[in-house]
Amino acid sequence: MTASLPPYESPVPGSAREAAGLPDPVTPRYIAHQGGPENPSVAALRERFGVAVLRSHVMWGDTTVFVDPKAVHDVIRFLRDDTAHAYNYLVDITAVEYRDTDQPLEVVWHVRSLPWQRFLRIKVELAAGSALEVASVTDLYAAADWLERECYDMFGITFNGHPDLRRILMWDTYNEGHPLRKDFPLRGRFSRAEQLSQALKIDTSGGYSTTELSIAEAFNDLPEDMKQRLRAARAVDPAALALPEDGR
Amino acid sequence: MSKRTIEMAVGTAGIDAYGQPIRAPLSVRSQGALALEAPYEPELESDHMLINIGPQHPATHGVLRLVLELDGETVVRCVPHIGYLHCGFEKIGEYRQYNQIIPWTDREDYLNSIGNNVAFVLGAERLFGIEITPRCTVLRVIAMELSRIMSHLVWMGTTCIDIGAFTPFLWLYQERENLYNLLEGWVGARLTTTATRVGGMAAEIPDGWMDGLNAFIRNFPKTLNESDKMLSKNGIWMGRTVGIGALTAEEAINCGMSGAMLRASGVAYDVRKDFPYLDYETYDFDVAVGTSGDVYDRYLVRVEEMRQSIRILEQAVQRLPDGPLNVDDPRVILPPKTKATSQMESMIHHFKLVMEGPRPPIGEVYVPVESPKGEKGYYLVSDGTSKPVRWRIRPPAFVNLSAIPRMVEGHLLSDVIAINASIDIVMGEIDR
Repeated sequence: MTASLPPYESPVPGSAREAAGLPDPVTPRYIAHQGGPENPSVAALRERFGVAVLRSHVMWGDTTVFVDPKAVHDVIRFLRDDTAHAYNYLVDITAVEYRDTDQPLEVVWHVRSLPWQRFLRIKVELAAGSALEVASVTDLYAAADWLERECYDMFGITFNGHPDLRRILMWDTYNEGHPLRKDFPLRGRFSRAEQLSQALKIDTSGGYSTTELSIAEAFNDLPEDMKQRLRAARAVDPAALALPEDGR
Repeated sequence: MSKRTIEMAVGTAGIDAYGQPIRAPLSVRSQGALALEAPYEPELESDHMLINIGPQHPATHGVLRLVLELDGETVVRCVPHIGYLHCGFEKIGEYRQYNQIIPWTDREDYLNSIGNNVAFVLGAERLFGIEITPRCTVLRVIAMELSRIMSHLVWMGTTCIDIGAFTPFLWLYQERENLYNLLEGWVGARLTTTATRVGGMAAEIPDGWMDGLNAFIRNFPKTLNESDKMLSKNGIWMGRTVGIGALTAEEAINCGMSGAMLRASGVAYDVRKDFPYLDYETYDFDVAVGTSGDVYDRYLVRVEEMRQSIRILEQAVQRLPDGPLNVDDPRVILPPKTKATSQMESMIHHFKLVMEGPRPPIGEVYVPVESPKGEKGYYLVSDGTSKPVRWRIRPPAFVNLSAIPRMVEGHLLSDVIAINASIDIVMGEIDR
């Protein structure tokens, strides 16, 4: 993790808000479904990035801004580093796929400015059928490391520039696909019999990943048969990725 | 020459086979410092040891697996592995109505189940555009603060065990038992409470329940102070925790820490103050903030949070208003059972709500709350049907745990246990 640290004014949340003379936050009540005061950072983004900021809306009090997939890293870096905005806290990275398959898949960043006590939702739309790739923000926020890995694991979105993009909740050799995609059946892609047989085939002695073994260079010292077992456990059979004939 | 002397000769550098100090030549090294040269000491610096902790290990608080590379006893590198408890909560939520998701929220952070129930329905209610009743608001505050104390009691008790203190564990678990008895009286369940519904609560508090809560508010600070006295100035406790696993404020923010992990580093970020919900801005309480961000400060912050929770509970008990518990909104609230069995319209209404479920308008919300672990939020996306398109849990312990390599590297193996305990992980929430 090589995330750089943003310019840091004050550790006191709400300091910028107080300095600007804005009132203390209160519990929101009777929020409108759509419309309402927009987060002022969106206007600044429009001015700075022009057409790369596609559109924005306010829903249930939160502002969502849609940006061009190519510009998202610059947008987030600007929001983080500009002291007039100071979105120094990454809340969440996730994705949304709609049941309507024509709708694009959305990657969602929730960022928060502690000094301004503001919250912004940044979205990127990845059209159906296009390559699911966006830029990683691990160089901006260390928190993005596992969040992006989870998003990759669950949705199959590649975060370009992530130093160690591999599965996190599912195991390394999991080959049924990405569970939170809408075309992934609730019970899994393989039949129960196939899942069981794969589970039984897992070699428990291959519990360390090859990266870990190379830490201590212990892998080279292993006996040849164990090395082969480990390699076999890591290899993914491409035929197993295809849907079975009964469609389950 | 006995056998034991030979073992000593092999095992102890600088002692010969007769148990006498070796007459080793003293040589001059690096700017005049005298060093003892041991001619037959094996070369150990080049070997790093790979050690595996977990997933089945009592000190990992569940099924966390850490692979550590050790240089002697110092951690050089740490690779965490999670996912052993992954159940696909978010996937299952896409196939459930909003009220049917509430039982799942019990089971992710199972030490804070009633707090999760409240957090989830706060998100769902914003998605439906519902304003809850004043009585329900105060009861939910009571639920959240009880839940915070329960979770912190488990954290403090298990951390004591990890670091080697047994007595406070028993005292604290006794208090936790009292709290679970209170919850059992209210909603009938101890751990898996499912206490809330969209638009209200599952049950009104029973008669005399407030007396039980008042007794707890009266008695609990004594236990807490005694346990605190056992630990805060305890030399062993301080030796194991002070200066261990420290994060600076900048690092903690950049790593996305929240809750006590962030506040121990000196950042007074508390969702209850910064993004209030349930009228928290009207309660008089302080945010506990540490200075050094080490394990000891995290401990102090959590103890102080329990005291502040008691303050909030006292105020909530004072202001609990009478009035209806659930909102008067037939879109989400079932008709009374007597009507549902006697009137045709109410029966149809009941049937439709149970079978089809309430439908929120198209939209999306993210509502954060301050859970005992940190900032927990439910991100709900609706396409207008009765089941969410996406139910995302923002897991505070997941993000907090992701910084464990940064915290443990350079510390001793035994400190890994203390640091891991200080994160307050619940694998149910991390793996979901």
